[in-house]
Amino acid sequence: MRRLSKHAVKLLITLMVGGFLAATLVRLAPGFGLDEEQLDIRLSSRSIESLSHNPEGDENLVLFYLHYGERLLHGDLGMSRTLHRPVAQLLSERLPETLKSVALGLALAWFFGISLAILSVIVRSYTVDGLFSLVCGVLLCIPAAVWALLFVLARAPERLLLALIVLPKIYSYSRNLLVRSARELHVLAAHAKGLTPIRVLAWHILPTAVPQLLALLGVSVSVAFAAAVPVEALCDLPGIGQLAWKAALGRDLYLLTTLSVLVTAITLLANSACELLGSTLRGSES
Amino acid sequence: MNWLRTVAIAFLLLVAAASLSANFVAPAHYAYQFRSETDAQPSYRHPLGTDDLGRDRFSRVLYGTRVSLLLAPAAAWLSSLLALLIGGVSGFVGGRLEKIVMAATDLFLSLPWLFLLLTVRAMLPLNVSPMVSVVITFALLGCLGWAGAARVICADARGMRQADFVLLARASGSSGLRLLWRHVLPNLRPIVLAQFWISIPVFILTEANLGMLGLGVTEPLPSWGSLLRELQSYPAISGQPWLFVPLILFVVVVGSFHFVLRTEELPA
Repeated sequence: MRRLSKHAVKLLITLMVGGFLAATLVRLAPGFGLDEEQLDIRLSSRSIESLSHNPEGDENLVLFYLHYGERLLHGDLGMSRTLHRPVAQLLSERLPETLKSVALGLALAWFFGISLAILSVIVRSYTVDGLFSLVCGVLLCIPAAVWALLFVLARAPERLLLALIVLPKIYSYSRNLLVRSARELHVLAAHAKGLTPIRVLAWHILPTAVPQLLALLGVSVSVAFAAAVPVEALCDLPGIGQLAWKAALGRDLYLLTTLSVLVTAITLLANSACELLGSTLRGSES
Repeated sequence: MNWLRTVAIAFLLLVAAASLSANFVAPAHYAYQFRSETDAQPSYRHPLGTDDLGRDRFSRVLYGTRVSLLLAPAAAWLSSLLALLIGGVSGFVGGRLEKIVMAATDLFLSLPWLFLLLTVRAMLPLNVSPMVSVVITFALLGCLGWAGAARVICADARGMRQADFVLLARASGSSGLRLLWRHVLPNLRPIVLAQFWISIPVFILTEANLGMLGLGVTEPLPSWGSLLRELQSYPAISGQPWLFVPLILFVVVVGSFHFVLRTEELPA
């Protein structure tokens, strides 16, 4: 319980610092408080002056952050400048789409990634290992955006794309972890005693690697969210990745920072959960 | 696997030499438009054909490769230097400084890489000249890509705090900056070099992703991102398989960077 509350406090502080940094960046970004309409040469100087009167822009950083935090606590995430809709509404519409894609992508990537890694450790064949490594190596060398385009080109189901992008990372890391565990002395002793490869894997290799695999699970959440940006943008999937891309192109800084803080919160939560689980397992082992 | 490493290094040197001599090798300037030969098929004059504006695609591949192959290592160098300073100093000093720095690193690492880049890139002016866009893109990669490397370097520097040679240097009267500069940082060089080589393909891939999303290097300057963006004209690709040449070159170059690292230097 103490560990849980420690993690929660750490998470809250990190998020507050992250939020402050995001707000600071927004406030200091060039063009903050300016409206595109001000560039219209047909407008008179008085109109431009009235447009440029932005109370938020005049505030100092601390006041700006306090108002930002106050609005955030009231559930007011501001308005999207490019889409002209409340940010909270946009998030509630698009977040489930991304969460679904990420969950499916991670589930498939983990299933196939870990299965291939286990297979290459059990089979212990240079050809099988080389073949898997080659395929995953090639997959790793192709940018996520190119994958998205190729999927559109082939009219393949875009929802599988995240799995394809995350899979090679999971395979290569988990394979290395399992191979390292398989070289430990107690595993060699288990082999020498005549245990079957499945038993050696289940009782001696996997338990050693589980805490690190859990850490990898936390990291893979972040990787999947990062990959969601090009995938959703280029495959026209209405998730927060596409929203972030549109916000970046339109310099919709409020929307973008809110999205960043939200995604940071999700990935931090996933990482903390995996870390807690890993340390609990380590504690129960010792 | 030493032969594979040698082949990878030789290939990278060949590609680097070809791209650096683009001024002499390329049939035309990357921005020159052959107005009467738009969307031309490969020929003796245009080995990879021309794009929809009539620009020689082979020339653009050479110049684009130069942009990516010169600036990704520069960005990797910047990020490795930052990682060495941040991770090395905090790891060696320890205490509160290390805790604060590692918390900041955690914050950096918790935000998905592309989200972080998009956010910071959007805060900078988008409508800039091609040269400025190149500098912004790769400077961003260099300035924001240090966190992972800093964590690894910090762990190594922490291990050196009680190392025999450091204790010996302390006993000989060496302390503070001198100890750090003369004894600790040189011993961190192998890990910094490994991080440098790991960062290069990551930065090339990220630039390609940013370029394809329209947030990387701007036209008419070519980069791998803008070259790969041509794949977006997908109805036309079915009859133009040579459009995949930049992608194939990209995959082989990025793959070669992975082979340059020795197996023992690769992350777990």
